Order: sequence, then C-alpha cells, then structure tokens
Amino acid sequence: MRVNMHRGRIGALAIVLSAALAAATACSGDDGKTSDSNSSNEKITLTVDDFGTFGYQDLYKQFMAQHPNIKVTERNVPKLDDYLPRLQQWIAAGAGAGDVVAIEEGIMVKFKAQPDKFADLKQYGAASLQNNFLPWKWQGGMSPDGSKLIGLGTDVGSMALCYRKDLFKKAGLASDRDAVTKLWPTWDDFIKVGQQFTSKVGGKTKFIDSPETYYNTILMQEAGKGSNQTYFDQGNKFVMESNPAVKTAFDETVKMSQAGLANGVQFLSDPWSQALKKDAFATAPCPAWMLGLIKQFGGDEQQGKWDVAGVPGGGGSWGGSWLAVPTQSKHPKEAAELVQFLTSAQGQVAAFKAANNLPSSPQALNDPAVKAFANPYFNNAPVGQIYAPAAINLKPVYLGADNQEVRQAVEADLRAIAQGKLSPGSGWSKAVSDAKKASGS
Amino acid sequence: MAVDLRPAPAAPRAAPPGRRGWRARLSRLDLKVSPYLYISPFYLLFLLFGLFPLGYTFWVSLHRWEIIGDHQFVGLRNYSRLLTDDQFWNAVVNTFGMFVIATVPQLLLALLLANALNRRLRFQTLFRMGVLLPLVTSVAAVAIVFTQIYGRDYGMANWLLHFLGVHKIDWQANRWAAWVAVSTMVDWRWTGYNALIFLAGMQAIPRDLYEAAAIDGAARRQQFWRITVPLLRPTIVFVSIISTIGGLQLFTEPLLFNFGYMNGGSLRQSQTVAMYMFENAFNRFQYGYGSAVAWMLFLMILVFSLVNFLLIRRFAGGGEK
Repeated sequence: MRVNMHRGRIGALAIVLSAALAAATACSGDDGKTSDSNSSNEKITLTVDDFGTFGYQDLYKQFMAQHPNIKVTERNVPKLDDYLPRLQQWIAAGAGAGDVVAIEEGIMVKFKAQPDKFADLKQYGAASLQNNFLPWKWQGGMSPDGSKLIGLGTDVGSMALCYRKDLFKKAGLASDRDAVTKLWPTWDDFIKVGQQFTSKVGGKTKFIDSPETYYNTILMQEAGKGSNQTYFDQGNKFVMESNPAVKTAFDETVKMSQAGLANGVQFLSDPWSQALKKDAFATAPCPAWMLGLIKQFGGDEQQGKWDVAGVPGGGGSWGGSWLAVPTQSKHPKEAAELVQFLTSAQGQVAAFKAANNLPSSPQALNDPAVKAFANPYFNNAPVGQIYAPAAINLKPVYLGADNQEVRQAVEADLRAIAQGKLSPGSGWSKAVSDAKKASGS
Repeated sequence: MAVDLRPAPAAPRAAPPGRRGWRARLSRLDLKVSPYLYISPFYLLFLLFGLFPLGYTFWVSLHRWEIIGDHQFVGLRNYSRLLTDDQFWNAVVNTFGMFVIATVPQLLLALLLANALNRRLRFQTLFRMGVLLPLVTSVAAVAIVFTQIYGRDYGMANWLLHFLGVHKIDWQANRWAAWVAVSTMVDWRWTGYNALIFLAGMQAIPRDLYEAAAIDGAARRQQFWRITVPLLRPTIVFVSIISTIGGLQLFTEPLLFNFGYMNGGSLRQSQTVAMYMFENAFNRFQYGYGSAVAWMLFLMILVFSLVNFLLIRRFAGGGEK
C-alpha cells in the first residue's frame, strides 16, 4: 500500500507536469505546403486561398486548358473570420500561403502595411491594366507609398436587400420588389415594416437575420455619406467614439433588437445557415456577394422564395476583395498571370454569373451580359440592373489595419444585446471599451 | 592415474582483489543505474518536448512578441497586465465553474458505476467495456452532436424541456446553461473511463475484508463507505488529479459548442482559459501575452492539483493508516 502510494504520487506528479506542459506549449503546427516542386519539366500547381464564394471554378478550368502545364487548386474557407488568422500566420511565417490569396477590404490595410510580403504585380505586366478597374479599386491595391501594386480588384459589395417574397405575402405586405423598396425609404421605416411583419407572422420566423449584418450595412452606408471612415481615421487613430457613423449604426441596430426583429444567430455560423433553411428570418442585407452565400446555404428548397429589393437609406457597399501573390510563392510569374486572368473584365463577368460577385471593372459593369443578368434563384431578380449602376459611383470607405478585430468585438456586443444578455443602455460603452481592447489601444 | 573429476577450484574467486572490486562495482552500478537507463527514453523525450517548451514559453511570456517585428523584453509586464484583465478572470471563472459542474457529479457517478460493475453480473466484460465506448468516439463528434442537441431553436434539449413547461433556453447566450451544456459533454466522455479506473482499484481490495465485515453485520452501504472508499483513496487521488488537469485545460468542447469561435460566446459566456490563451496567441497574435496565459494556466493546475491532493488525502476516509 505504501509503496503503491509513493509510486502513485510520483506518477501523478509526472502526469501533472507533462499534461500541464502540453497545455502550455500547445502550438499550431498547421502549414500545409502548397505548390509542389520548382520543377524542371514545368508541371506546376498553383494554389488559390480564398473565403466565401468567388465563383472561379469554371475560370480555373479555362486557365488550365490554356496552360496545360499548370494545375490550379483552390483552398476555400467559408468564413472570413476563420480565414484571416490563417492568412496572417502564413504571410508572417513566410510559408504556407497559396500562390494566389484573396484579401477582403476589411483586412486589406493590414496586409498592405507589409508590402514586402507581396509580389509587385506591375513587374508581371499589370501596370497597363489601370483602366480595367474602378479608380478607387485600383488605388486600393497599391501599397501605402504607392510604389507597388499588391492586389488586383475582384469584386465590390454594392448593396441591396434580400427578402422572402413568400413570407412577405403571408404577412400581408407588398411583395413585389419595387413596392417593397418603397416600403422603407429609411431604416426607421424598415423597423416599422418589421414590426408589422412580426405581428402577422411571428413564431420562429424573425424579420432580420443577425444584428451584425445590418450593423455593418448601416455603418458602411453612414461612413460613405460622411467621413469615409469607421473605427479608424487615415492615420490609423482610433476614432470610434467621435465618429457619428458608428454610433448611428450601433443605435439603429439596437433599435432593431429592441423591437424584437433580430433572430440573433451569428452570421455564417451553423445556426445561421440552419435558420436560413428553416425560414427563421425573412430579410438579410445583400451586398452582391451575399446572393451567392444565400444560394449556397439555402440550397434547392429555398429556390424562388427570395427576391431582391432596394436597401433603406439608399445605396451603400460592404465587402469586395483583391487578389494578391505572396512573395513566398515559388511561381510568382504564373500566379500573377492567373490573378490577371481572374480579375480581367471577362473573368469578372464570369464570376458574376457564377456567384453574383459584382465586378470592380467598369468594362464588366457595363457589359450587357452583366446588366441584363437576372438571377433565377431570386425570382429572376434583375440583379445586374440592381447592383451595377450604383457600383460605378461607389466611394471607398477607409478601414483601418485592425478593422476586423474591432468589428468582431462590436458585433459580439450587438449579439449580446439581441440575446437580451446586455442592456442596450450600457451596450455602447462596453462596445467602445471592447473595441479599444481589440485594437490594442 | 586417477582423473580428478571434481571441479577445478573456482579460479575467479581467487582473482586479484583489484579486478574483483572493479567487477563488483560494475555489477552494482548495473543494478543501480540500469533501471534509470530503461526509463530514460521517457525523460529524454520529456526534456525535449516538455521541459524545453515550458522554459521557452516562459521566455516568450517575458516579451512583447508579435507575429512580425522584433521581440521586446518587458519583464513581468504581461503577467501584471493579466492580473487586471477582466477577460482573463472571466475565463478563469468559466473554467472553474465548468470544472466543478462537470467533475463533482462525474466522479460520484463513476464511483457508483464502478461499485455496480464490481458485483457479479451477467455479461460482465460487455458492461465493463461498454462504459468505455463514449471515450472511443472523437471529441469533435461528441461536441458537434451535443451542440445540435443544445440548439436554441431546433435542439432536442429545448424540445424535451418544453414538455416540462420550461421556456426556450438560449444555451450559448446563458452563462449557466452554457456551463451545464459543456459539462455534460465532458461527463459523457469521461465518466466511464473514471469508473473503470475505480473498478481496477476496487478489485485490488482483498475480498476477506468484505467477508469479515459481512460477518460483523455490515450492510452493503456500510461496506462501501467504510471499506471501499477508504481503501480506494490512492485511486481517488489519481482520478481527481487527472480530472483536474483535464478539466482546467478544457478546450475542444466549449470551442465547438460556440461553433468554433474562440471568444466563447457574445459575452464570453463559456470561454475557458485554454481558449483565451489560444485567442491571444493565434487570433490576436500576441504570443507573449498568450504565453503568459499558458503559464498562469500551468500554475493554476499545479496549485489546484496540490490542493486537491491534500484535501482528498484528508477527507477520503481519514481512518486508514
């Protein structure tokens, strides 16, 4: 017994130590190497890292047909929130990233701050492409000092509002897309419509999906009307408290939650896609890229139930990306060629048809194929007409280097308010302090 | 000529004293050192993959260590920042809350289960192996299924509760509900395992003690509390320390319960210390701060295991000597 005891103690101690160490030293060892070999027989693989839906599958096939020696593979992560830390780690570590990486507008500034990590696309013949892009989109791909071209624009957000036509009918509301647009000139009107809807339909079906999608929509709208900035000014100074755009968006979103409109599921989480399938929300803000996501997560049974109307408050944009080639790529020349192919006007038109990602190229935006495009999934909504004209006049909003982290912190608080776990009164001050913490200031 | 068939006088015994001493020393050395040599692979590996990273993590925790840029030595500033970091303390409270909710019922249940399995049963092996089945399933599978069960709108738990008149619970949003939900995942996996360890301990208890007690008129319940539990003390210590380590390192279950989000809920309702460590190191890329969290977790486990050990030694049937 005694001996046993003794051994037990040493054994236990050893286990305590080793297990604790395992905790203390937990390390992420995930860096899949991407491109194989710097091959002499020219057989190479290009890896594309992206998130959400880019609609490039057919374009890859075309590119591979034109370049028999190149194989293109895509590594897709559904959520931008999951994609960012990976990309950050790969870029910082100098290994692991694909040959082509997609960078969303909310994280672009962060990566542009490290221009030496990315190839200068001008060296690979992209210098002459300036007129293929909206001026601000082109500018957005330049390094801060304007010397390097880091990324070529893919899509822009633009803004509309997706709604469930069938549920609107059920609630006795107008269901025709133009009539629906007239229901809500302002966000306050939108809330009133929501209350009408809720009193008629009710049950598990809420009027809006997640507080954060509406918050981001209103924030970008408000910022676009005024200062063109959100949490940070152009000098990356934290200005959330003094920026009326943020406060307006926050308050408007809280009003929606207080009116009981929000489903409160986290955007793009499993419950969100579940709620989408189970008719648990009737509207969602629809930057062009959202159409692809609703189709992807809604699946066949939601076909024809959704339609696209104008957004309250008039216009706006959220999202949009660039493609870049990290310097760590072993085949920068071929990768740059792929980037130029995918972001060419024809490439953007193809991506628009596949995933409704709105082109950032004026030629593509004016392309009849885009303008005339109607989306069968959304009751044949003329999405080309809805999105394209507004996109030409879009103005960019500056998003600071820590935009993504701050955004996530504020969104969590908005969700807590929607869940009824945080009082709307103390919500704003908590959001500000959480945002400060997240930005490290 | 007679042949001498006796064995020759043992020559080696008459070997010069110097050589004899050397051999003896060698064999004594063999006796003393060999066992250590045999177990050394573990300790060498431990040194390489355990002790070194532990030290290195501490070294990192003394720096402002960003993913890019240089590493600035800041002494213990990460630790002093931690002590006033409400997100850290929130994670500590969550971790201990879930630890208590998970471990106490789990060990009691395991003890009772082991006691039941220790009796003569039909299909004894089947039952004994059966309790291990949940452990064989992967954590991720368990967590995903349980998270579905605890779904707010379409989960089975809420569906069952509504028959009892309980209003829909938002399991992720409600702190207590989140703790309970995560605890059930932990218990589902580990109760059987602990029961089996208890069972092994029970089988080492001599039968005659029970027979003697039975002759003296002790009921089964008395036998359990007066014989089984006190004699099981070393096993109980072992199991509770293992559970402490596992419980305080809780990570996968709450992570998947929150759909993979490291913040553990809108108000960090079920973020554990391990998740907070990961959030700092691999989401915020503050390796120094994350390492400081790792070290605090290490110290917490060390202290808490010790406290546990002392408490259980004192309370689990103090009569035994």
